[in-house]
Amino acid sequence: FPVLIRMARDMSDKEILKMELDQLKKEVSTARTPLAANCAQTVSMVEELFPNDPLIKGVSDEKNPYKGDKGGCTVT
Amino acid sequence: MCDQTFVAATFGPCESCGKASPLMNIYIKTEAINYCSFCVEMMACKGLQEGETVASLKKESESLKKKLDEERGKLSDIELNQVAEKVEVLGPLCIKTRRVLKGHGNKVLCMDWCKDKRRLVSSSQDGKVIVWDAFTLNKEHAVSLPCTWVLTCAYAPSGCAVACGGLDNKCSVFPLSLDKNENLSAKKKSVAMHTNYVSGCTFTSSDMQLLTSSGDGTCALWDVESGQLLQSFHGHTADVLSLDLAPSETGNTFVSGGCDKKANVWDMRSGQNVQSFETHESDINCVNLNYYCQLNPFVSGLCCCMFTGAPQCRFYDLRADREVAIYQKDSIIFGASTVDFSLSGRLLFAGYNDYTINLWDTLKGTRVSVLFGHENRVSRVRVSPDGTALCSASWDNTLRVMSWSTMSNILFYTQRKGCCILRLFSL
Repeated sequence: FPVLIRMARDMSDKEILKMELDQLKKEVSTARTPLAANCAQTVSMVEELFPNDPLIKGVSDEKNPYKGDKGGCTVT
Repeated sequence: MCDQTFVAATFGPCESCGKASPLMNIYIKTEAINYCSFCVEMMACKGLQEGETVASLKKESESLKKKLDEERGKLSDIELNQVAEKVEVLGPLCIKTRRVLKGHGNKVLCMDWCKDKRRLVSSSQDGKVIVWDAFTLNKEHAVSLPCTWVLTCAYAPSGCAVACGGLDNKCSVFPLSLDKNENLSAKKKSVAMHTNYVSGCTFTSSDMQLLTSSGDGTCALWDVESGQLLQSFHGHTADVLSLDLAPSETGNTFVSGGCDKKANVWDMRSGQNVQSFETHESDINCVNLNYYCQLNPFVSGLCCCMFTGAPQCRFYDLRADREVAIYQKDSIIFGASTVDFSLSGRLLFAGYNDYTINLWDTLKGTRVSVLFGHENRVSRVRVSPDGTALCSASWDNTLRVMSWSTMSNILFYTQRKGCCILRLFSL
């Protein structure tokens, strides 16, 4: 079944404001968790993944697919 | 609109605008309404309910916004970098350009990695979409599209197809064939049809569904096989310029950023706008104001948004529903247009209009390093799926693939000491 998409520019100012208002009413009552808990969780998750981050800790030459095959020359 | 002459039985303050004037006494659904003739006209033309005007809606909207800020502020008891104080400082980082992909004839606008971590697809203003092997620099496929400005491209999860779209208002999917002689343009399938340009596209968890964002102010979910619209996401009041999908384990959400200065978080199944973040930036000097947003693909619930054209990158925690960090520096005056996170989420790579890529420590909020090399603004940065490499696309017609490198220092650059230093890289 076809779903009608309405472009924002086709809506009148009043309709746009009404849409924003409905959205705000919904958002005011969303469940939120305190920052301290979230930040702590973020920090611990990042720290857990951190030792395996190849762009920070690096990879050994054997595992590095970009290593070495460009540049340099062999003298024969 | 010319006013009608009518017999006014009463004279007094209008119930809508409050001005004293001859009132029309009319009945709407058995309710007596005493408005002046102007308000009756307004009501009839605009379909406003009793007592409603554009101004009153605006006022209500403003007060709700204030209340929303208050609610968010209640839980803001600490900053991210305060929590991260005890985290070890990142050591000096060396990320070196390993490959320069040349071949596009004009600005490279978008790129995406394949899940096999070595192939990538790029699209350009020259109308071409090229699939590269980043290890060998081989161009595996190249398609010419009838329109220039291919604004977006995406690799399918299976690696067997690519999607691209732009000023043609469509997003098309091309299956990638191993047969070099096959004409890929002939197998093009138009999937998404918008009423304005397509600014962003991505496959969902399978090759079967495509999510697009468009200049028509909407995002949409399409079935690739039939081209049918499955869900449309309506809520932005201006062009939508970027979108990013959350990792599938965390459910079906995605975030979109638009010219209305908002980043909206959507629930894919219901089409509902779950959360939205608005910035109060008043930096109107930028020509291209929009929100570029990127969900942290590895640590769920985090999102980075920025105003392209403004030099700050803002970091939001979706569960706390607020901004937790801003990455900015007085010395950075050019706007950023693209960001991506490293594998652990510790590093944020941001591409700027001053041709550089800045590396930020997401936890501490400090800048770790700057990557140079491009000769024009950086349009897209993407970390490979296994986190080993970073690819950047630029308006200088090239793409660069960068990865970690060991280094030995002769001198080192520190801001405190103010001396500029050379680095010797091992090859």
